[in-house]
Parts: sequence; structure tokens; C-alpha cells
Amino acid sequence: MGEALLSIRQLNKRFDTAGGQVQALEDVELEVEEGEFITVIGPSGCGKSTLLRIIAGLDTGYTGSVTLEGKAIGGPGIDKGFIFQEHRLFPWLTVEKNIASDLPLGRPDIRQRVDELIELVKLGGFETAYPRELSGGMAQRVAIARALLRSPKVLLLDEPFGALDAFTRAHMQTVLLDIWRRNRTTMIFVTHDIDEAVFLGNRVVILEPRPGKIRKIVPIDLPYPRKKTTTSFQELRLKVLNYFEKVDELELKDGAGI
Amino acid sequence: MSEGIEAIIKTAKGVREARDYSGTASLTTHNNRRRLTSVFWKSHVYGWGAGAVIPVAVIAVWQLAGSAGWISPEFLPAPLTILAALAELAVSGELIHHLGVSIGRAGTGFLIGGILGLLLGALTGLFRSAAYLLDPSVQILRLVPHLAIAPLIILWFGFGEISKVVIIMSGSFFPLYINTFLGIRGVDNKLFEVARVLGFSPLQKLRRLILPAALPGILLGLRLSMAVAWIGLVVAELIGSQSGVGFLINEAKQNSNTAVVFVGIIIFAVVGKLIDSLFRVIERRFLYWRDSYQG
Repeated sequence: MGEALLSIRQLNKRFDTAGGQVQALEDVELEVEEGEFITVIGPSGCGKSTLLRIIAGLDTGYTGSVTLEGKAIGGPGIDKGFIFQEHRLFPWLTVEKNIASDLPLGRPDIRQRVDELIELVKLGGFETAYPRELSGGMAQRVAIARALLRSPKVLLLDEPFGALDAFTRAHMQTVLLDIWRRNRTTMIFVTHDIDEAVFLGNRVVILEPRPGKIRKIVPIDLPYPRKKTTTSFQELRLKVLNYFEKVDELELKDGAGI
Repeated sequence: MSEGIEAIIKTAKGVREARDYSGTASLTTHNNRRRLTSVFWKSHVYGWGAGAVIPVAVIAVWQLAGSAGWISPEFLPAPLTILAALAELAVSGELIHHLGVSIGRAGTGFLIGGILGLLLGALTGLFRSAAYLLDPSVQILRLVPHLAIAPLIILWFGFGEISKVVIIMSGSFFPLYINTFLGIRGVDNKLFEVARVLGFSPLQKLRRLILPAALPGILLGLRLSMAVAWIGLVVAELIGSQSGVGFLINEAKQNSNTAVVFVGIIIFAVVGKLIDSLFRVIERRFLYWRDSYQG
């Protein structure tokens, strides 16, 4: 086993608020190997989004070290793909132009990659549609394709399916696993849905709130594709659930979002 | 596996369509026809015919009153008399000449004022320091009715072309300035984060994010600036000129040729409306992606 792709050491982050300083993250330690699918789960306010934004280079002002391939995170860039909860597509661009964004679609190699990605995220036939014509799930798939076109070393997903209905969400989970199986892109996926975390990740990072801290990292050694109804899945789900002391703080309903 | 999912989605879509369809199918044929008639009524008669009812009625009564001799032609010439005056001016070529002069003035003033408004609006929109420095002064000047400074402009620049262009320019500057500023400041901050994540350079940010996102505001500013330029033109030409549609009106007033005054007013209205429509076509051409309430 070589050096980890992403390495987080002694990460501390404080926010200045009107009521004084808030410790958002405390002594976070995490090593992510290339090709892993990490899911990060915790109740709201546990700093899971902050953790993701620090890895992306969007948030700064922390102590400790965060390195990607041994180099400190300088700022945001295309080597760290980021999927927001909302699709955040450019409303004036078609699907294919959104995927290309600043890259010229006229170049044959880019055209070919965009076409491949449209195939991969199953949006064939919608190349020239505008974002307003897409459903939430489709728009989010465009956003994923836009990030993947830049061949990121790691794809960071911040509750990307949180705003989708249970049916679409389940579909998007399979689409994402399919992408991961084919591309082997390292994924860090933040959610507060336990089912989603156990279904997707090969490790589930459980964060606790105030201050945001890693409580436990649970390896999920179930083979893909997983089935949520199997006993082994349910056992792991309960195992993850048991690490939450204050169960009240968490929505336990199936497919509960936000 | 994935094909199975696609199939499920297709079925779900089918169900949705079927549901929509069943909703209409439950209507009787009679209701359907009524619905179609009402659709026709809405799109055609509402859109065009309904708006024409009042003007047509007014013109008819007006013509009747004029023909019957109830109103003196010096006070209010009948529509047909105005039409005759219009035809005469058109045939003699005078109309085209004056209209050309007027459009040239309005266009020059609009172009200079608009470009200045666009540039300064972009500057204050993009850079907070520029906004702190410039915006308060611009806002003070904006609140001075630009027609109130017309005498001053004439004092400085005389009765020549320059003062006319300056009056038009000073009016058409502000709408474009403000709407460019607001358009840029209204760009969704979340998209700026996307631009950072996608590694846009400052120039790419301007070209691929700020410009398209601010375009609705900029186009609205263009339209408003054009309208103000047209109003400024009337004032500039009425104050004193040797040509232009405003001159035509002024001269006709002195000769008590009321019909020509009306011709001038109609020309101002029609050309103004045509220019406004042109801008609306441009808006539709560039803003088809917008997802806002269309009425």
C-alpha cells in the first residue's frame, strides 16, 4: 500500500460568529486511498460540509494539514471535482455546453469526451436541452458529467441527492456507483442518510457535532451491487446507527433528506 | 440493471402523461370545443383585437365629429385630414429627411450615452472600490431631471447639433448604467463558487459567467435608455432646431397647421414603438434560456 491519495492530519477549523468562536472541526484525521468511495455522515452542524469544502479548497483558515498526492491544497481547482446539493448549472447553456463550460466543444477530443460522459450519465437525447427543461436528477447528472470531464483526482459530493425524491435518489445512487465502477474516481460523499451512506461507501465516516469530530470509521465490506433489503446490509446499517448516541437528532425514516 | 431503471422511468413518464391525458379525456366534446375556442380567443383576439377596440372606437368618433363640423380643424383636425398631411409630407420627401435627422441625433446620443453607461456600470458592478468612488456622484446626478439641465447645455454648447446630442446622451446614460450595475450585482454567488471549482480565469469568469448572467439587466437597460433617448430628442428639437421631427412640429405650431403637429406626434409614437419592439425581439433572441414567469 503506497501513500494515501488524500491525507488529512490534525485538522481544526473555527468559525467566528456573532456569539463567539465555534469549533467546526476538531482533530480530524483521515486517509483516503485512490479509488475509495468514502461516505461521510453526521447530523446537521457536525461540520461535514465544512470538511468537504476544505478539501475542495473553497474554505480556508484552518490549522493542520490537508494534502492531495502529497501536496497541500492551494485553492479550488479542476483536480478536485465538486458536486453541490443544487445542480448549479449555467442556465444559459445547453447540457453539452454546461458539461464543456470553459473547454471548447469544437475540439474533437473534447467533443468525444463530452459525448462519452453524456452516455455515462445516461443523458443521450438531451444534449441540447436547457437546465430549465431538466428534472432535478437529470440536472445533477449533468453536474457530475461536468466535474468528470476534468478528470478530477477526487470527486467531492455535498449531499448531492438531498433535494431529490426517494425514487430518483435510489436511481442516482445506482448511476453514481456505475460511474465509480467504470471510472474508479475516488469519491467523498457527504450525506445524512444512513441508508445512502451504507449503500454507497466502502467506508463510512461518522461525524459527531459540536465540535465536529470523527466518532468512528466503519468499513462496509459488502460486495457491490448491494441490496438494501439483505440481512447483512441491515446489520451494518444498525452498526452505524449505534454510533449515534443522541438518536433523536437524526431522522431515521427511510430515505429522509435534509 | 441500468436498462431496467430507464424502463421504470419511461413507465413513470408514461403514467404521468396518461394521467394528464385522462384529465382532458373526461371532458365532453362540447367542453373541448369550448376550450379550443377559448384558446383561440386568448391567443388571437386577446392579443391583438381586444387592444384595438378602444383606439378604433375613438378614431371613428373623432372622424365623425370632424366631418360633421363639430370641432374646428385648427383645434383638432379629423383623422383623415391628418392622414392627408402625412401623405403630402411623405410624397414631398420632407418626412424622410426630418425623420432621418431625428434618428441620427437620437442614435448618436444613445450610442455615446449608452456606451458610457455600460462601461461605468460594468466598472462599478465589478469593482467595489469603483462603486464606492463613483456611484454616489452618479446617483446624485441621476436625480436631477436631465431635461432641467437642457437650458444649461444650450448655454454651454449653443443651439447646434452638439447640445442636442448632449441632452439625449445625458438621459440615456442612466438606465443603462443602473441596470448594468444591478445585472452584475445580481449574479448568483453560488455560480461564482462553481467558476472557482472549475478553475475559471478572471477573463473566463467575465465572459462565461458575469456577462451572460447580467445580460437580462443590460438588455433591459438598453431598452430603457433607447426610450429616454427618444424623449430627450423631442425636447432637444422643440427647444430650437432647423430640422428633425421636433422642428416639423414647432414650425407647424407657428403656422397653426395642427394636422402636421399630429403627424409629428404620430411619427414619434410609431417609430418609438418600432424601436422598442426591435429591442424586445433582441431580448427574446438572447434570453430564451430564462425560466421566469411569462404571464
